[in-house]
Amino acid sequence: MRFFMRRQNWSLPYFIFMLIFVVLPLVLIFIYAFQDADGNFTFDNFSKFISSPEAANTFVYSIGVAIITTVVCILLGYPAAYILSNKELCRSKVMVVLFILPMWINILVRTLATVALFDFMRLPLGEGALIFGMVYNFLPFMIYPIYNTMQKMDHSYIDAAQDLGANPINVFTKVVLPLSMPGVMSGIMMVFMPTISTFAIAELLTMNNIKLFGTTIQENINNGMWNYGAALSLIMLVIIFASELFSDGEEERASNEGGII
Amino acid sequence: MKRFFAQAYLWLLLAILYAPILIIAIFSFTEAKVLGNWTGFSTKLYTSLFTGGVHHSLLSAIENTLIIAIVAAAISTVLGSIAAIGIHNLRGHKRIVMNTLNNIPMLNPDIITGISLFLLFVSVGITQGFATVILAHVIFCTPYVVLCVLPRLQQMNSDIYEAALDLGATPMQAIYKVLIPEIKPGMISGFILAFTLSIDDFAVTIFTIGTGGLETLSTYIYADARKGGLTPELRPLSTIIFVTVLVLLITINVRSQRANKKKKALGK
Repeated sequence: MRFFMRRQNWSLPYFIFMLIFVVLPLVLIFIYAFQDADGNFTFDNFSKFISSPEAANTFVYSIGVAIITTVVCILLGYPAAYILSNKELCRSKVMVVLFILPMWINILVRTLATVALFDFMRLPLGEGALIFGMVYNFLPFMIYPIYNTMQKMDHSYIDAAQDLGANPINVFTKVVLPLSMPGVMSGIMMVFMPTISTFAIAELLTMNNIKLFGTTIQENINNGMWNYGAALSLIMLVIIFASELFSDGEEERASNEGGII
Repeated sequence: MKRFFAQAYLWLLLAILYAPILIIAIFSFTEAKVLGNWTGFSTKLYTSLFTGGVHHSLLSAIENTLIIAIVAAAISTVLGSIAAIGIHNLRGHKRIVMNTLNNIPMLNPDIITGISLFLLFVSVGITQGFATVILAHVIFCTPYVVLCVLPRLQQMNSDIYEAALDLGATPMQAIYKVLIPEIKPGMISGFILAFTLSIDDFAVTIFTIGTGGLETLSTYIYADARKGGLTPELRPLSTIIFVTVLVLLITINVRSQRANKKKKALGK
């Protein structure tokens, strides 16, 4: 009883819970990835991935789609976040809510809505629909973190730069852009990661013509190829871990302050 | 002038963002099976959505989604709040370890969380169904509850709790009368966040739902879309979800703005 009265020990149940349901499952992906169907140690799953053109091509293609989606989201989202955080250009808070609102709607519903739009406008489903759908799905996730950092930005820096004679372009490239970088980094993570790992969405947007890496993983798991599926998951984990190192913890700082409610 | 262009840009972007949803909403008021055909105004899809019958499976999918979300959010809120109190009182490397552990499920893509749990369940031999979906949702929701409650604990004056004990309250009384009221707002936003995350989830659910015929809204839509023909009743349903979320978010925002103004006024 006295043990539980010490409040720091209250974290113990959660610690055990996390070990069993978060750490252990990740270790299982690792173990399955290096095993064949009989449980013997093997590298076969990885050599299969490298030698099979289909999986490797899908992988490269998915990274390409993710990069394009992320770049388009930055180009569209950065100006929007800038305007939203600028009190002279946008006075109403409701505007911000309108931009964030789609984040709360089921991703499949949003995707079906995109398909409906393309059907309605008699546009063919395919690569164009895929990029549009991805940008449409993840743009709010780019705008929100950038908006958040810009809003907390100390505007006296901008005033100081102007007073010291910087022209508007210099103010932007030397002050606003560097100060908003944590938000951009966080936005890149929040767009790039889901784009590369989604499944189902690409099939719906392209009528099953284009497959992304997430779909390949899901199909293998569904067809009972657990070991190969685990190996592909591990490859995805490595990519994500690498991009997290690249974003250098900036993302974490920004996202910890998130939460709109 | 600058302001005009800025506003125009925002509205243009919003128009593109909302065009798909708007089309669904418009065509929820006509009976045509295929979206894009307008066969006259009708609210038949709305009534048939709620009367069930042929679409009974859609109704039960909605019911399952709500039950799973409420149960998972409730468990996450309790587990996460207790964990947050513990983490708040931890120091040094133990605290760093707990924070890192707490971050893993949030940084993991859904598909990895789903597959890792799938592998856990199959290697232990647990039949997947209601219980595994709820467990999976608790796993990815709890970290968000912890993050909602922790700032509340940091703002709280820890002397109040000690004072309650000094004044003769039992530890249980101190917890119920001092600690919980202080962190309640964090618990409520944690619950709401967990609830919406659970309702929205697709990737984790599909790997943990098993093959027993259990369906949530997400898996129903997915199966439906794969078959090719979308159930027309999904149009009114999407519209209802959309309007509910819109009204809810705007009310929350307006209320918090008003509360802020009140606070400022009182402060003066």
